[in-house]
Amino acid sequence: MPDLVFYGLAALAVVSALAVLLVRDVFRAALCLIVLFMTVAAIYLMLHADFLAIVQILIYVGAISVLIIVAIMLTRDARQGQPLGALKYVAGLVSLLLLGAISWGIINTQFGLPQNPPLDETIKPLGKALFGDPGYLLTVQIAAVLLLSAILGAVAVIREK
Amino acid sequence: MMFTVGLYHYLILSAVLFCIGLFGVLTQRNVIKLIMSLEIMLNAVNITLIAFSLYVTPVALTGQIFAIFVMVVAAAEVAVGIGIVFAIYRNRESVDMENFNILKW
Repeated sequence: MPDLVFYGLAALAVVSALAVLLVRDVFRAALCLIVLFMTVAAIYLMLHADFLAIVQILIYVGAISVLIIVAIMLTRDARQGQPLGALKYVAGLVSLLLLGAISWGIINTQFGLPQNPPLDETIKPLGKALFGDPGYLLTVQIAAVLLLSAILGAVAVIREK
Repeated sequence: MMFTVGLYHYLILSAVLFCIGLFGVLTQRNVIKLIMSLEIMLNAVNITLIAFSLYVTPVALTGQIFAIFVMVVAAAEVAVGIGIVFAIYRNRESVDMENFNILKW
């Protein structure tokens, strides 16, 4: 049964990712992107990452898609969409070659898999790892500075002169 | 390995999504769809990290912490990217990549 759920989610993810690229109307492409984000959140749930699934829905579905849709609505000629660029055959070949190389590498690698059972809920261990003593506190602070500078940079770029 | 879903299946799914996103980044002419393709690539990487987190470090959760930082960088990247799109759109009245040749010399 989990196998069937995984294959269904994987098919939905691949189809919606292809639809993002191939649908001509940019607004519908953004809606397909939202479907992809929610499918990825469901895949996180299958991977026992409950906190990350919630964060995925909050950040990607709640914030990033809204930003993208606002950008589509504020740019006038974005609605009709353009055909693919001139490089599409070369790009397709490069992507397929990369896919083959990655798949070959994955299949021919033996990962050392420990047999620990997965954690029931991950919020507490994640909080301890992020903010605890031998944790990632410096990285969290650097990420905060990165977000602040990104906000300031976006405001400075958008501001009317 | 072939029929029960395990680490390899998630890694292959992530590779497929990553290559779809790469194809989009290389071919899309609309800059907003290009940003969407970038988001597909970042999500594919996150699936890889979280799959490794479950199957390789199930107690330390290292992969999930990496995925959180990838999400932070993705949010910052979208904010700055959309800002740049607006700034260029104000000058050029277009979102077509063909018109974004200001940096050419």
